Amino acid sequence: MKHNLILRVVSKFIIPLIFLFALYVQFHGDFGPGGGFQAGVIFSAAIILYALVFGADKAKRVITPYVLRLLASLGVLIYAGTGVATIVLGGNFLEYGVLASSQVAGQHLGILVIELGVGITVMSVMLIIFFAFAERGQAVLSTKAESERG
Amino acid sequence: MIDNIVDITLLSFLVILALAIIRMRSLFAVVMLFSGFSFLSAGLFVVMDAADVAFTEAAVGAGISSVLMLATLALTYSSKNADKEEKPTAHKPWLPLSVVVITGALLIYGTYDLPSFGDPDAPSQLHVAPYYLENSMPDTGVPNVVTAVLASYRGFDTLGEVTVIFTAGIAVLLLIGGRRRVKPNVKKNGGDREA
Repeated sequence: MKHNLILRVVSKFIIPLIFLFALYVQFHGDFGPGGGFQAGVIFSAAIILYALVFGADKAKRVITPYVLRLLASLGVLIYAGTGVATIVLGGNFLEYGVLASSQVAGQHLGILVIELGVGITVMSVMLIIFFAFAERGQAVLSTKAESERG
Repeated sequence: MIDNIVDITLLSFLVILALAIIRMRSLFAVVMLFSGFSFLSAGLFVVMDAADVAFTEAAVGAGISSVLMLATLALTYSSKNADKEEKPTAHKPWLPLSVVVITGALLIYGTYDLPSFGDPDAPSQLHVAPYYLENSMPDTGVPNVVTAVLASYRGFDTLGEVTVIFTAGIAVLLLIGGRRRVKPNVKKNGGDREA
């Protein structure tokens, strides 16, 4: 798809909007439909669109596989770490009320933080899976081309 | 009235799509129809006021999983079957068909015992749902009850779900992520076959 001008121009225009929508879904999940899971998927969809139109190698320069692995673990760490933090502050595991001065403020903070963890993990795992497939596809295609040549 | 028309339209489109998926031989077309099937299901969830589920279905079912299925099709490349046709089946369809028909009939029979849609006296509405609806606002201050249940009341479950996704990512990396050691073997075998 590297030579398709219309796709390239339209996707350049639409990718920032997808990112923005993902962030909206991420941080507006308390009030509207959505949350970390959906936001992570939408966020990764924007990068997958970039990879489909401009090639997986360029997309990997935007967000390298090493960073993706770190982020995937970081999301789970944020989530579980919130639980540990509530224990340290004197509550039960994931009892967000102790995170702030009042019960409701603590719940808001806790939900925001753990949704962020969910979003980060989902986004990076979706991209890890996609890149693994794309990478293997390139290997299959290149071996096929070589065997046809030789 | 208008709800009924929308429901019937969406459901009949689902049936048509399912039949088309069964009849279709081209795997690319089947993947695209699956995507459409998910999108219609998302529409049905919206009609049933389950906006969060619809959102997930549209993003995951219609979006990501179609991309992954297309990627799988690209992976399973063979020069004999370059246009990705499904192989014709060798066996007769009668045994699987009868199993499916009997199971379907039993399921439809089972729906007569289910409470009707949106019944306030349904068992699922009487257990913890009233507690969540009454207390989620004073407890958490979050207007979206789904988020309150998912992230706060059932926060431990959601931690488990995130761990499942994380594990899935690790499993995919382990299975097809490391490509370096596989490649020379494939090359050698391919070369042998060509020679």
